[in-house]
Amino acid sequence: MNEKVICAGFGGQGVMSLGRLISYTGMRVGMEVSWLPSYGPEMRGGTANCHVIVSDTLVGSPVISHDATAVLALNYPSMVKFEHELIEGGYMFYNSSLIEEAPGRKGITAIAVPSNEIASEVGDLRVANMVMLGAYIAVCRPFTLEDVVEALREVFGPGKEKFIPLNETAIKRGIEVAEKAAVGS
Amino acid sequence: MDKVLMKGNEALCAAAIRGGCQFFFGYPITPQNEIPEYMSRELGRAGGTFLQAESEVAAINMVYGAAGAGARVMTSSSSPGIALKQEGISYICGAELPCVIVNISRGGPGLGGIQPSQADYFQATRGGGNGDYYLLVFAPANIQEAADLMIEAFDLADLYRMPVMILGDGMLGQMMEPVVFKERKPRDLPQKDWATTGTAGKRKPNIINSLRLDPAELENLNIRLQEKYAQLKANEVRYETHQTEDAELVFVAYGTSSRIVKNAVAVMRANGLKAGLIRPITLWPFPEQAFEELPDSLRALMSVELSHGQMIDDVKIAARGRWPVGFYGRSGGMIFTQQEIVEAGEKLLREVSHVSGV
Amino acid sequence: MSVVFEKTKGLTEKEFHYCPGCTHGIIHRLVAEVLEEMDLLGDAIGVAPVGCAVLAYDYFNCDMHEAAHGRAPAVATGVKRALPEKTVFAYQGDGDLASIGTAEIVHAAHRGENITVIFVNNAIYGMTGGQMAPTTMIGQRTTTSPFGRNAEQTGAPIRIAEMLATIEGASFIERTSVHNPVHIRKAKKAIRTAFECQQNRKGFSMVEVLSTCPTNWGMSPLASLGWVAENMIPYYPLGNFRNPDKEA
Repeated sequence: MNEKVICAGFGGQGVMSLGRLISYTGMRVGMEVSWLPSYGPEMRGGTANCHVIVSDTLVGSPVISHDATAVLALNYPSMVKFEHELIEGGYMFYNSSLIEEAPGRKGITAIAVPSNEIASEVGDLRVANMVMLGAYIAVCRPFTLEDVVEALREVFGPGKEKFIPLNETAIKRGIEVAEKAAVGS
Repeated sequence: MDKVLMKGNEALCAAAIRGGCQFFFGYPITPQNEIPEYMSRELGRAGGTFLQAESEVAAINMVYGAAGAGARVMTSSSSPGIALKQEGISYICGAELPCVIVNISRGGPGLGGIQPSQADYFQATRGGGNGDYYLLVFAPANIQEAADLMIEAFDLADLYRMPVMILGDGMLGQMMEPVVFKERKPRDLPQKDWATTGTAGKRKPNIINSLRLDPAELENLNIRLQEKYAQLKANEVRYETHQTEDAELVFVAYGTSSRIVKNAVAVMRANGLKAGLIRPITLWPFPEQAFEELPDSLRALMSVELSHGQMIDDVKIAARGRWPVGFYGRSGGMIFTQQEIVEAGEKLLREVSHVSGV
Repeated sequence: MSVVFEKTKGLTEKEFHYCPGCTHGIIHRLVAEVLEEMDLLGDAIGVAPVGCAVLAYDYFNCDMHEAAHGRAPAVATGVKRALPEKTVFAYQGDGDLASIGTAEIVHAAHRGENITVIFVNNAIYGMTGGQMAPTTMIGQRTTTSPFGRNAEQTGAPIRIAEMLATIEGASFIERTSVHNPVHIRKAKKAIRTAFECQQNRKGFSMVEVLSTCPTNWGMSPLASLGWVAENMIPYYPLGNFRNPDKEA
């Protein structure tokens, strides 16, 4: 396996923590990982993105350039910016709650994930990133839902354990959406 | 020991504390801010002292003071801040004091930018300040290596009584990778009987000083420094070679950007081109030995840097005219892609073939 | 026969390099006597400046650290943080402290750094050959103010003691002079109080000492002492500007 994932969106949509969770879970299940954030003025609003690599061999360059296997785009500018980073046959998961049109790039698989709507339905807009994560693991299968939940348990610690059910629900709903989309395509 | 996922900047700090760091004096500058932030939180808990100075100039002079008093001390900054520290670094070298300096460098000149850059190679490897001196300069390529080198850095600084610099860039500082903190290997280190700890009325005063008004005395200091540098060249050079055994083209690259070059080597090999990589881990002393082990199949070298060519000078010195030396670089925080390197490498090989009439 | 006077053990046997009539020698001796009398020589670490007193490390009979120009308070901070139980002092001139080293002195005071600074103000750069300092008097001729210091172009002389006295972290600030025996005794008392402040962990202490530079002022030693009284003291008033005991 050599997953190269770009997570991108507005600052505040949780794309950095989404990427960190993917790397952390990957590390916990014994993979080699790296997480490379964009840094600088983006930290204070605007767009944010990170490059995540999960691989069964040592990570070479942590920079993803035209070889992303998946892009998780939480907003429109991110989708437009990063669709050309995908390899042929790569996956574009896009937040269809905020992005009305499908990506223009040919030769990739586009998966619409209404992250904001689902997050609102499960009770907290802040878990839109977890809905996206669910969709990603359903399709690309770098690890399982259980792996993610165990990683979350460590990341949250006892103090924030109460947030796990909400996050788990959001991930499950993301999985369902992606599985339906896959059947439909 | 457990694997933890950590930012490079923070891993450097955790390793420094394991390496025996007692004091940290610094000043905020992007992209190294996680270092003073981490130290302000953790160094006190480890029994040390963190102090945010009023400037980089003050910070390095506090390092000079604490190092003279016998403490294990470090500072960190980024390119323009390191430029300000050069005054103190020169004094520290003149007074032969140990310390550790981290440069999480950024693009220049001037205020430049904050994205990854390797434009401080000259500054790091040519002393940087006034006078005839060098630092031991490490350029880790990943976070594990950064932590490993940092754990050793304080011992090496004490052993040679000189500053050790860890040169990274924003990519190394900001990215996260798994890291395992290893135990520090115990070393026999000389007593710091030169430190200004108070005479207690039992010995003659110790003086920490870089002023030598007598030319003969100053020359003696310089000769002693050169002897020390000769020892470093003999004992502390580190590098990695990757697929050089049968190579026709060998890239030379260091730090995080060497990882992109390594990927390019894989792509070229897959395309049937025999590429390899020399990765200096010590930038000073520069690993000239690595070039003595290159195979007869070699047709060209190429220095690849996030600058417009600084290390290439050392590559040319090491090549001693035996092979043509090409260059590829980007700057200002622009990062080359592996494809750019593959194309530059292929182009160089074509040019070399053309010249030699093959 | 009883000994009525001997050289302080706070100074080494090294002969001073200072010009005839320069008051650095007196000020060195006062600091050294105070350290000896307080039994601090074995505990003290001094920091020497760049300027005429650059070789102070050869004269004080305790551990010494030579600093870059203006950085003595930062170097002293590093020493003191590493060795908080020791007595740490910096000895600086007016070019060193009041010009190139303003950031370091202000912030050492601002942090309440528990060090003692001896600030020798003779209104000129001595070692480099008599150039204008921020402390140079209006109308004073120097090698870089050959027509006399002009306030319109170069500002008015800076009063360091008053400035530092506005800083919360400063514990003891006093301006003294060594132009006659009465004031020499007062200066010594102030230096002693400053070191006592440090011993009692009261924070930053500084004693400014008005001093002479006969060579670069172009005057005899005696005339120089008079010049301090007539020209410097009216502008740089002597006295205490901050004292922890008075505030308490």
